[in-house]
Amino acid sequence: MNFKKTLLALAITATAGTAALADVKIGVSLSLTGPGSGLGIPKQKQLTLFPKTIAGEKVELIILDDASDPGKAAANARRFVTEDKVDVIFGSSLTPTSAAITPIAFEAKTAQVSGAPIAPQGDKESFVFRLPQGFAVMGHAVVEHMKKNGVKTVGFLGYADGYGQGWLGSMGPLLEQAGIKMVDVERFARTDTSVTPQALKLTAVNPDAILVVASGSGAAMPQLALAERGYKGKIYQTHAAATPDLTRIGGKTVEGTFVVSGPALLGDQLPDSHPSKKQAVNFVTNFEKSFGPNSRNQFAGHAYDFQIAMEKVIPMALKSAKPGTPEFRMAIRDGLENMGRTVFAHGVMNWTAKDHEGYTLETGVMTKVVDGKFIVQ
Amino acid sequence: MDFSIASILMLDGVTNGAIYALLGLATVLVFTVTRVIFIPQGEFVAYGALTLAMLQTGKIPGTVWLLLIMAALAALMEGVARWRHNGNPGRALKAALKILIFPAIVSGLSVWAAPQQFSLWVQAALSVAIVTAFGPLVYRVAYQSLESSPPLVLLIVSVGVHFAMTGLGLLFFGAEGFRNPPFWDERFNLGPVAVSGQTVIIFAVSLALIVLLWLYFERSLRGKALRATAVNRTGARLMGISSHSAGQLTFLMAAFIGALSGLLIGPTTTVFYDSGFLIGLKGFVAAVIAGLSSYPGALLGALFVGIVEAFGAFWASAFKEVIVFTIILPVLLVRSLRAGHSDEDH
Repeated sequence: MNFKKTLLALAITATAGTAALADVKIGVSLSLTGPGSGLGIPKQKQLTLFPKTIAGEKVELIILDDASDPGKAAANARRFVTEDKVDVIFGSSLTPTSAAITPIAFEAKTAQVSGAPIAPQGDKESFVFRLPQGFAVMGHAVVEHMKKNGVKTVGFLGYADGYGQGWLGSMGPLLEQAGIKMVDVERFARTDTSVTPQALKLTAVNPDAILVVASGSGAAMPQLALAERGYKGKIYQTHAAATPDLTRIGGKTVEGTFVVSGPALLGDQLPDSHPSKKQAVNFVTNFEKSFGPNSRNQFAGHAYDFQIAMEKVIPMALKSAKPGTPEFRMAIRDGLENMGRTVFAHGVMNWTAKDHEGYTLETGVMTKVVDGKFIVQ
Repeated sequence: MDFSIASILMLDGVTNGAIYALLGLATVLVFTVTRVIFIPQGEFVAYGALTLAMLQTGKIPGTVWLLLIMAALAALMEGVARWRHNGNPGRALKAALKILIFPAIVSGLSVWAAPQQFSLWVQAALSVAIVTAFGPLVYRVAYQSLESSPPLVLLIVSVGVHFAMTGLGLLFFGAEGFRNPPFWDERFNLGPVAVSGQTVIIFAVSLALIVLLWLYFERSLRGKALRATAVNRTGARLMGISSHSAGQLTFLMAAFIGALSGLLIGPTTTVFYDSGFLIGLKGFVAAVIAGLSSYPGALLGALFVGIVEAFGAFWASAFKEVIVFTIILPVLLVRSLRAGHSDEDH
């Protein structure tokens, strides 16, 4: 009985498999529930606007929830490569869940486009393409702005975690090249009860500018402490602080702060000279038309950028192979690596064999807090 | 480092130390009476500060619903336990209602008061009332049935309660932090040091609370009953002191101290749903310095922790927490050498 059932199921899958062979299949694993849902749900929303066909070929999205759980993400990836035989995987939203997909995608020689920063070791890197901007790209915009405004000395006040460390590591060489001296490095934690000692030390050194590396509402606290100690120089914040929470907590104190940001959310405000303006405006208007005013969100932007990449790469891959075949999967991977300079909503992407992070230095935009809003400089 | 920097650091350290002192006192209090190492002490701090932040925005804080759910659960447990114990449904119902009544009143009051935008002081009092009501309920639900278990079991329960409370905090307050308005917006200049009104309030309230606790334990009958339970549980029970109500009363006081600390610290820092843990842990370090038994010891230990933290953050901010938590090692070493072998709780 059971054997018969299995046979029947096999037969059905076999026929279904051949029927669907012509479609391009994209496996999407996102954190739609659990602590990472705030990052996953916007991506899913944006994917509802994904085109049904690309270059005349039907595109099928298989969207699964990984519940912010790496184990579930790995199971999803396993399903994508064994049952669905997808041509490319998009996911996930968090670093741990994305990292869980990587070895499985590598094993099946399927490209993974990750919505979270991950750093796989060795060969696995060759099948992973990242959508979030790296520290160096954003750091470049910060350092350029400092150079232009005559900043000679910089103090660093950042989270004592991976985010702070990543920025610290990237800023060192960038500042050195620009001839700016990093005079003091202080660290703090989001849950600290006081940043006064660090602020004291920094104001005693009194650099021309201080770079605060923190996120959301945690980014306001060090700035309040610096203001209390009477620091009068420029204060820079990173793109993780470019949220309304900075001004909600910081109020008047954060006025005049320079905050580096990706272009995607700025939409209309971008100067015409910024290459991403058209895509950013397009993303913001379409997203807000579907999901209401002020619903724009950087994570949805990554899904939008994924769509741009697919619209460019799938036609390229179709020239050399049929969807559903290992050759097509490989062609997609090669396509991502060789698609050249591509304008995303989040910046200008140029993935190469050496660089799977890929954003060019045109990406970062400097904004300034004026009346509680981020105004492009 | 010159004198002005040292004095500012000193002030910062002593201010934070005053908060750690309150939490250290609560930790000592809970441990001596119930033998529970109360890790979630810090969660009450975050709950207090964030409940006030929610009231400030005119919303009903999620803690109110949690309070109602917890109260219903505790009442059910109490009712069933009483009923099975003496088979009298009337008395069981009465016992259940007794647990339910205070949380119900507080919740009703909060639901009514939340959208009215009362003054900061009224909202602060309400926040303290909400969070304080959690104390006995946490004891009833998590600890009471395990009362006579060894401290290790109680510690494991504490870890569980800590994770549950942090997770629920994330659910109710969200991942972003809040900063409350100061209660007293005034600045005093004492030489190089600028003392804010909030700092004065922190010192005044901490001192007042310590004096009140001392009076309570020295002068009131209930306080003496708690002390008796702390010294000898069985003996106290033989004298007619219920260990259940002693435990609930202790947790009530611990929650009250936690909530109050949350209000004190809310205007000086950004409080997140998970901020409480580290604050509570530093209070715990202070309590350990005092051997989990001496109140004045915990006070001194807390001030010491605060000052070490401030100077540690100034000299090597990346290693601040390492420095703070490493001082526990020599303390433990000295304690174990001095005390010799302890036969307590083996």
